[in-house]
Amino acid sequence: MKIVVTSQGGSLESPVDMRFGRAAWFVLYDSDTGGLEVHENTSGAGASQGAGVQAAERISQLGADVVITGHCGPKAFRTLRAAGIRVALCSEGTVAEVLDRFKSGGLEFTETPDVEGHW
Amino acid sequence: MIVAVASGKGGTGKTTIAVNMALCMPPPVTLLDCDVEEPNCAIFLKPDMRQREECCLQVPVIDEAACNRCGDCSSFCQFHAIAMLRQKPLVFPELCHGCGGCLKLCPTGAITERGHVIGVIESGASGGIEFVHGRLDPGRALSPPLIRAVKRRADSRGTTIIDCPPGTSCPVITAVRGSDFVVLVTEPTPFGLHDLVLAVQTMRTLGLPFGVIINRADAGDERTADYCRREGIPVLLELPDDRRVAVAYSQGLPAVEAVPELRPAFERLIGKIAGLVPGRRGA
Repeated sequence: MKIVVTSQGGSLESPVDMRFGRAAWFVLYDSDTGGLEVHENTSGAGASQGAGVQAAERISQLGADVVITGHCGPKAFRTLRAAGIRVALCSEGTVAEVLDRFKSGGLEFTETPDVEGHW
Repeated sequence: MIVAVASGKGGTGKTTIAVNMALCMPPPVTLLDCDVEEPNCAIFLKPDMRQREECCLQVPVIDEAACNRCGDCSSFCQFHAIAMLRQKPLVFPELCHGCGGCLKLCPTGAITERGHVIGVIESGASGGIEFVHGRLDPGRALSPPLIRAVKRRADSRGTTIIDCPPGTSCPVITAVRGSDFVVLVTEPTPFGLHDLVLAVQTMRTLGLPFGVIINRADAGDERTADYCRREGIPVLLELPDDRRVAVAYSQGLPAVEAVPELRPAFERLIGKIAGLVPGRRGA
């Protein structure tokens, strides 16, 4: 299973980025192989609008099954759902801590966006 | 002649100036209220609205069966109105600016367009004044297409006055573009001056001739007048702070009807503008 965590930096020790569309980095962890990839979300910060849509599209292209992030708005959520990607919401922590929490069942999937657009 | 009435700061008196100019202008005159997020000229003019038309933006519709998922449309769209997923394409009409680029780029012809209603255009008349305004639907974020639709109603005969939205961003630029002259309405306060400087930079960048009206001119300080003098910007009119004008405004009455002695000041203003419009000097 491929899991993307939105992150403020490009490593497992980086703090989670609570924003989804304008997150600085996407850290991709493959729980089957233990492989790790980091992708900078360069187009998110500068997007005049639709940052969540482009982030969700990109994460879909990365082949993710799950996204872990702080908050997810309606357009991002709709895109992720259409791509068959499930969303788990987390609180603050490092990417490694959040992944551990997820693996131990400490994070729940959300079935709805948890914030309005432009949150 | 097209005269746009703009400002940096909101609430400086754009509508007051636009409406009263229209009332003092020799016919034929058309007033276009392009402040489509909150048009309020109609409150003062009370036009008899005869026509109402929906304004649509053309947004893409993607035929999923014909789409080969190449993603050319999605990577082209700066506004992220299309997400191309392996499963299917997704369109977000509320993000689309209606440029039509996706339609032109699509190699399989999977994209067609449909009208997405963003607001209405209403037109009518008040006395001898032809009147048109746009009203953006609540929740819509994109006003320029509606502003352009209102501007297409400008009458090439006589004078068209455009009441613009406040600020210096896309809606304002859309509203002032193509004008022969821009009137910048300000108030002599630090906020008014700050935003006037931005509006002046905008008009200079657009290469539009402009002048300034200082409204409630005795209610602030001298810095705005000093700035205009230093920059060589013509001050077309200084309207004093007058309680009678404020009372009339609160009752939805035009200033020149409540305070008739203001009429000559507006007539002088119109004369000054006509003299400053390029190609019309001395006219």
